[in-house]
Amino acid sequence: MVEWNFLAVFSDFDLLMIGLSNTLKVTALALLFGVPLGLVFAVMRLSTTRPLSMAAAFIIEFFRTTPPLVQLFWFFFALPILIDVRMTPFIAAIVTFSIQSSAFFAEIFRGGIQSIDKGQWEGAKAIGMNYRQSLQRVILPQAVKRMIPAFMERSIELLKTTTLVSTVAYADLMFQANDLAQKTFRPLEVYTVVAVMYFLLIFVFSQLSIAVERRLAQSGESTVR
Amino acid sequence: MSEIVQISDLHKSFGDLNVLKGIDLTVQSGETVVLLGSSGSGKSTLLRCVNFMEEPTQGSVSLHGELIGTEAGGKMQYRESELCALRTRIGMVFQHFNLFPHMTVEQNVMEGQVTVLKRSKSEAQSKAMTQLERVGLADKASEYPARLSGGQKQRVAIARALAMDPDVMLFDEVTSALDPELVGEVLKTMRQLADEGMTMLVVTHELGFAYHVANRVLFLHDGKILEEGKPQQVLKNPQTQRMREFLDGHSLFKLPD
Ligand SMILES: Nc1ncnc2c1ncn2[C@@H]1O[C@H](COP(=O)(O)OP(=O)(O)OP(=O)(O)O)[C@@H](O)[C@H]1O
Ligand SMILES: [Mg+2]
Repeated sequence: MVEWNFLAVFSDFDLLMIGLSNTLKVTALALLFGVPLGLVFAVMRLSTTRPLSMAAAFIIEFFRTTPPLVQLFWFFFALPILIDVRMTPFIAAIVTFSIQSSAFFAEIFRGGIQSIDKGQWEGAKAIGMNYRQSLQRVILPQAVKRMIPAFMERSIELLKTTTLVSTVAYADLMFQANDLAQKTFRPLEVYTVVAVMYFLLIFVFSQLSIAVERRLAQSGESTVR
Repeated sequence: MSEIVQISDLHKSFGDLNVLKGIDLTVQSGETVVLLGSSGSGKSTLLRCVNFMEEPTQGSVSLHGELIGTEAGGKMQYRESELCALRTRIGMVFQHFNLFPHMTVEQNVMEGQVTVLKRSKSEAQSKAMTQLERVGLADKASEYPARLSGGQKQRVAIARALAMDPDVMLFDEVTSALDPELVGEVLKTMRQLADEGMTMLVVTHELGFAYHVANRVLFLHDGKILEEGKPQQVLKNPQTQRMREFLDGHSLFKLPD
């Protein structure tokens, strides 16, 4: 019989809480930088200026196809050899996940923008709006509404992927769990608790996103014409 | 009378397709000009060249005697800022309304005034109400477009364009997407604008409107203006076989004797 004993885990629970807060910090910062950067890449990719759209397409596809762990190691171990920067695990994590998620957000933005009827651009243009005004005032407010489900899904994906930062010794929830498991010789309890923590975090988040989607569906004024 | 729009030797092609092959057209202040032509003859293209939703491949457009664009190396160059400023002075109404669904009727009519003309919110709001009253929809100000009928949507779109205080209004088959019973209210609004002295360039298949409201009717065929004149003359005594065929296709239209 396996004997469960959570005492060791809970007496050092603040270790895990520090990890949790660091995980949330990395996720939040990656979103903070990744979303606007994603919009920039999307607009570049939609541009009729070929070099611009090709550059964006390359960056987006590169970061969508290469494994996030490789990207993380590259920024952490390789970049400092190339240029003179002092890379910390924290900075490497933020840089990697900002760019990596921006590539995915770019595609979500692009899909959202392209889903809006061409007539909306024309309506905006006809009253004298320039590209930026049309995008900001007319297209994005409608597109963003349609993007929310994909956006939520991607954010959850990002939260899960941040577990990789433990490999460069950043004290996220996963790293703290490894630490605690070794210290207490209680991997069973530690990883069970951590799994439950991730589950609760993501469950709450996805319930929230379902609620948002419902509300949007209700207020759903027709978006065509 | 002064010239509002002057188009000379306008050409437009899409790749190998030459749609407009040399159009000369002047619209005088307060005039309503109706543009007729069969499907695909380039009516929309011509209208869209006036406010540069399409860039002409050759020729020139002037507004109030000011040439649009600058000539460089035998070709016209247009800057986005210049064209945006131009479009605030040329109102355009579309077949499919293109209202902004995430804004109320009032916000739709305020949007261009605030974002483009930089009018204050309160000024834009009072102008919006004035224009909504003009098209008879002041009571719908706080509705969203989705709650309006097609005819009401189109009148809001007209108000949105009017709120910019344009020098000329372009109408591109604005009743074609409407249920037959809703066409009348939109045509009535347009007629009222014409009576109030608005300068209008109208593409329509409503020959009754052309007959009763237009000062001048043009028939576009094969990229050129084939017939031009007073509606009574062009619609009753067409000079060309093409125009006669076109009119025969509109059998529903009965000219009053
Ligand atoms: N952006 C474009 N790219 C390529 N071809 C175009 C474009 N816009 C219009 N055309 C072509 O130009 C021709 C004229 O089109 P246009 O829309 O001006 O005709 P129209 O007289 O308005 O017809 P309708 O009565 O059907 O609205 C058509 O053959 C059309 O396919
Ligand atoms: Mg057309």
